[in-house]
Amino acid sequence: MVDEVFPVDASVIDNPWRKLRAYTDARIGLGRAGGSLPTAPHLAFQLAHAQARDAVHLPLDTERMVKQLAMRFKRVVRLHSAAAERSEYLRRPDLGRRLDDVSLKQLESFAQQGCDVSIVVADGLSARAIHENAAPFLDHLLPMIERENWSLGPCALVEQARVAIGDPIGEALGARLGIVLIGERPGLSSPDSLGVYFTYAPRIGHRDSERNCISNVRPAGQSFESAARLLIYLLREADVRGVSGVQLKDDTVATSELGDGRQGNFLLPDN
Amino acid sequence: MSEYCTTIGSRLYRFSSLRELMACATPQRSGDELAGIAARSAEERVAAQMALADTPLKTFLNEAVVPYEADEVTRLIIDRHDTQAFTPVAHLTVGEFRNWLLSDRADNAALEALAPGLTPEMVAAVSKIMRLQDLVLVGQKCRVVTRFRNTIGLSGHLATRLQPNHPTDNPTGIAASILDGLLYGNGDAVIGINPATDNTASVVTLLTMLDEIIDRYEIPTQSCVLTHVTTAIEAINRGAPTDLVFQSISGTQAANQGFGIDLALLREGNDAAQSLRRGTVGQNVMYFETGQGSALSADAHHGVDQQTLEARAYGVAREFSPLLVNTVVGFIGPEYLFNGKQIIRAGLEDHFCGKLLGVPMGCDICYTNHAEADQDDMDVLLTLLGAAGCNYIMGIPGSDDIMLNYQTTSFHDALYARQVLKLRPAPEFEAWLARMGICDETGRISVDHELPASFRHALAHV
Repeated sequence: MVDEVFPVDASVIDNPWRKLRAYTDARIGLGRAGGSLPTAPHLAFQLAHAQARDAVHLPLDTERMVKQLAMRFKRVVRLHSAAAERSEYLRRPDLGRRLDDVSLKQLESFAQQGCDVSIVVADGLSARAIHENAAPFLDHLLPMIERENWSLGPCALVEQARVAIGDPIGEALGARLGIVLIGERPGLSSPDSLGVYFTYAPRIGHRDSERNCISNVRPAGQSFESAARLLIYLLREADVRGVSGVQLKDDTVATSELGDGRQGNFLLPDN
Repeated sequence: MSEYCTTIGSRLYRFSSLRELMACATPQRSGDELAGIAARSAEERVAAQMALADTPLKTFLNEAVVPYEADEVTRLIIDRHDTQAFTPVAHLTVGEFRNWLLSDRADNAALEALAPGLTPEMVAAVSKIMRLQDLVLVGQKCRVVTRFRNTIGLSGHLATRLQPNHPTDNPTGIAASILDGLLYGNGDAVIGINPATDNTASVVTLLTMLDEIIDRYEIPTQSCVLTHVTTAIEAINRGAPTDLVFQSISGTQAANQGFGIDLALLREGNDAAQSLRRGTVGQNVMYFETGQGSALSADAHHGVDQQTLEARAYGVAREFSPLLVNTVVGFIGPEYLFNGKQIIRAGLEDHFCGKLLGVPMGCDICYTNHAEADQDDMDVLLTLLGAAGCNYIMGIPGSDDIMLNYQTTSFHDALYARQVLKLRPAPEFEAWLARMGICDETGRISVDHELPASFRHALAHV
């Protein structure tokens, strides 16, 4: 989050511990007017919320995305979920997980071709995340996939989609490894957060516990490079073990990296 | 199974079961529409409410909304029902029960005595025919007081959970939010972290850190790391200084299975925390979170409406005499609670139902960015819950949870509610705030440009 500089105001009591914002993006040390939030941080919050709301309702710019994807894939197919528009999408998660009839027909022409990896690009809850972060992430990921000698199916661009939309698509394409790039639920300080989900042998009916997720992929969060490396690691492991999801994750979680909680913790100085 | 009917004009409305009647009578909720069990028209909803109002309370003891044989939550509810305590209202219908609750006969003592005689389905039913002001008024009459290192839920008091979450559990980042919260008079209900990982070693580190902070600054409060009950038990086995054991719970056995728990496991968690005897003024050691829609999202709702299932989760909670229970009311998203109006009503229903059942209710007054809700809606719910005598709310820096990506009440929001509604922190914690120079004798924050001495010392190390 941008650390705004607020002007001096006689009614506002500043917090000398504001300097601790060097250690967290949490909105600490905002000061107070009486006991309440002063005007400047109040409006800064309103702006962040407005941006997050706009991100939720911003339509996917399909023309622009098709162009970007066509430069990176041999074939791009445009699909739509069974949720007709945004309001229905928000109320009916079940529809966002299914393709509409036109899309199902379109996919029929790809049947029986088969591929190692299918990549789905879906708007999810933030088209902005797709507009800004899908192509740069793919630029890190695609060369890594090529080095693994995995065949790549056509790229599917899907509107009004939830994560599980990757299942019917991966199934229709006969993919062994299914990847979904999707706009995540925008946080106040992260309206552009990209989620990367991976499902081994994507087929209709997979549970969410059978997927792996790399979250918060964006310039201010998890970097494109490290997210792509982690994904490749998961793909390789899944390919060997024939599973994805919880079972896969258990082996990759390291022991605590937090030390004993005292290092650098100013509330627990040694003396 | 009986049938329930109402005639409106020339039209007969028929409901084939108590479950269907309850679902049709419940105020509009996107989650019930998603489940396909909501009333099909506004008139049908009121017709169902009328039929429900005519239904005797005793019916709920004879017709289960989830079968007794198939669900351990139903068995818990029925087996634990106290017929003696039920006597004062045993002859009433749901509609007459509403009148009784609003009458002067239903004072705090009467409601406390009645609680073991009520089932979750009874309180859910009466809540469906109440307006917001009824939910506030009756909620305010029920006091449920719990204790560990301080006393929570007393009349005229409002506590907060200090929620210092950080996306990577960075100890310094967490400490920064803890300091901010304490200096804004927050943290009496619990200092509770949602960890980024369920990794036991990290959980032990965080528990140790919280314990050392509470010990060093002699804060009369308790800590919690909100991890799965099995991880908490493992942490206790490794010797972690654990005050409270946390778990998300729901109102059906199948939904609880989705959380990886059953009643036996909750008993195990409770026993593990009890064995440490770490409370100083009491031994309520469990912390539960709930929320309307959790059963549906786990595909474990049995065709029962989400508000009734939420009340059943409180039936689970009360079995374990918890210190804290809160509904995370707007976290689940618009497919269950579509907008501010639905979130506000759900928050008040949950508080009311929990309190009537004798559960120490707090509320995470919150929303996500894809719900049709904003800070104004949260202000409405906060003010109404403050008036309703809610035990505690969340406190977080600037309403922005940077780890869970949602908005809940801020440290400042708690100060607002305390000021406007003349509410005070838990008495032991309030005395500490005064001793540390954080609050003055009127309870207002007095921290200025000069920090209280012990914290000045800490900050000098940064």
